[in-house]
Amino acid sequence: MDPLMPPPPIRRIVVDAPHVPVAPPEPLEAAVRARPRLATDAVERMRVEDLTIAYGPKVAVNGVTLPVHQGEVLALIGPSGCGKTTLLRSLNRLVELTPGAGRGGKIVLDGDDVDVIEVTDLRRRVSMVFQQPNPFPMSIFDNVAYALREQGSKRVKRSELMAPVRSALERAGLWDEVGDDLDRPALRMSGGQQQRLCIARALAANPEVLLLDEPCSALDPRSTAIIEELILQLREELAVVIVTHNLQQAYRIGDRVAFMYLGELVEYGLAADVFERPEHTRTAEYVSGAFG
Amino acid sequence: MTAIQSPPPRQDRPRLRTDPSGSWRAWPLRDRILLGLCWAAGLFLIFVAAAITLYMAFKGIQFLRPNLLWTRPEAAIDQSKSGGFLDPMLGTLLIIVGALAIAAPLGIATAVWLTEYGKPTWLARMVESGVEVIAGTPAIVLALFGLAFFSQGGLGFLSTTGEGGAVFGRSLLICCTVLSLEALPMIVGATREGLMSTPRHVREASYALGKTRAATIHRVLLPTARPNIATGCALGMGRVAGDTAVVLLLGGGTLQLAANGSIPGLNTLQGTGSTLTTYVYANSPSGEGGAPEKAYAAAFLLLLLVLALNWAVDRIARGDGRLGWIR
Ligand SMILES: Nc1ncnc2c1ncn2[C@@H]1O[C@H](COP(=O)(O)OP(=O)(O)O)[C@@H](O)[C@H]1O
Ligand SMILES: [Mg+2]
Repeated sequence: MDPLMPPPPIRRIVVDAPHVPVAPPEPLEAAVRARPRLATDAVERMRVEDLTIAYGPKVAVNGVTLPVHQGEVLALIGPSGCGKTTLLRSLNRLVELTPGAGRGGKIVLDGDDVDVIEVTDLRRRVSMVFQQPNPFPMSIFDNVAYALREQGSKRVKRSELMAPVRSALERAGLWDEVGDDLDRPALRMSGGQQQRLCIARALAANPEVLLLDEPCSALDPRSTAIIEELILQLREELAVVIVTHNLQQAYRIGDRVAFMYLGELVEYGLAADVFERPEHTRTAEYVSGAFG
Repeated sequence: MTAIQSPPPRQDRPRLRTDPSGSWRAWPLRDRILLGLCWAAGLFLIFVAAAITLYMAFKGIQFLRPNLLWTRPEAAIDQSKSGGFLDPMLGTLLIIVGALAIAAPLGIATAVWLTEYGKPTWLARMVESGVEVIAGTPAIVLALFGLAFFSQGGLGFLSTTGEGGAVFGRSLLICCTVLSLEALPMIVGATREGLMSTPRHVREASYALGKTRAATIHRVLLPTARPNIATGCALGMGRVAGDTAVVLLLGGGTLQLAANGSIPGLNTLQGTGSTLTTYVYANSPSGEGGAPEKAYAAAFLLLLLVLALNWAVDRIARGDGRLGWIR
């Protein structure tokens, strides 16, 4: 696949949901109130079926079944060590890099088992942002361009990459801040900018699913607010899964919430239901802050 | 609910005999003597370093004449006719470049394999100890081994040969090859350090973009380790520039660069020559002792070269380009 070309249209599934433009940056509270209601027939992009993941003898995720919809933000919550990161990393088969990790169950992307998709292709379609901002030690431009280049080859010229790099930086809300100095070392930016650069990098290859693992835990509240707003905008174009230990954050930006406990999925539903009318006592205890 | 009481402070807490934050005057005599020895050791090292540098600078500046730099050395008893040290200077540059050209790719590749692949484990262990053994082998032993190895008939094309096809196992190319072993452990060590200090999530960020391991190493890890690699190379260059034993045994013992063979450029490498170190040796009282003044001048030049390399290491290691990730 040529990374410079837009992905084949067959994969772009348009959600028939009320499309509310979120263009002018508003304060977060307003953005939350203006949140479009869920599309009742939201399109399922990924599906996890009876997923079990173990590190050697230690079972980290136990029999989880979960759909991932486009046009929605799915927030994974749960106490530390309950398997959120492991579940997230299994969606792009990053768990396989951990020695001794084994997987049972099935993960499907647009109807295809992820095991039959070429892994480099899968990871371009399901991209990921990590807990620590981790731009590569190169310029801002090169960070984004790296995602676009075929296995990091330098053959494609800078001028050809400028348009997609710019568009990725714009989608990550970073263009206005760094557009005039793309040659600056990425590691010289602030932590919040670095994390948005990581989001731009993850968006560059036009993924269908965006995974975020506690993307704001190393950031200050202002950067957190910017990134939350960004996620709300991105949800229109792709399916977003975010792991967060911050319950307010899950409530603010999650359309659906999955609560995990000791590797198992305890409760899954609309954010309002999980937070206001939880079915399970464990969930009720957790969302009320009784443990965690 | 009962409040948890913190235990009362212990009354019998043993007093520190030597309070490191307190004045040394209050310390017991033994500790004061040891402290004094520590100071003395540090000051002694400064004194030795200063003495070497100042003495060499004094002698060097006294005897170093610009024309020494561009006249070729001649074997002559008369000092006014024995020329300068153009050839040894070129020889030193040649072996630095040549040894590094061999050691850098080999060392970087070894370090990448050890940190990024390292399977099977027993092989990685063996490679590690191999590098350590090379690092610990005295230069003269490396030189002897090189002589034995390159004197074999089949390797005659690398070295000077005698009438009737005798292989002498001596040439600048062989010097470079053996000297690259001296630089290798430093490059391997420094590169590994750079690779290992790159957080795991940075590698994973590259894999998460759909990159292969090869692309990740090439485009992310090696650029990240570049300052470390540069440091390792500069350290290795210092070792190579300062070596005497290997060049003495394998350099062929001619003062001038004497080409050998018919292909221009390559024949200099196949030929013999000297370096600043062997020039100093040959002209010092421990060698033929012919020209101690020129030995001082050459030694001063060598010292400047090594100091410049050390300075470069320092600059690279702490250079302002080192930016880290939020941890
Ligand atoms: N590389 C690993 N090797 C062994 N056990 C691991 C590894 N990574 C995570 N675990 C274990 O798996 C469980 C789930 O971890 P994780 O998915 O990181 O949880 P969370 O992200 O919810 O905090 C934890 O008990 C953790 O100790
Ligand atoms: Mg985690």
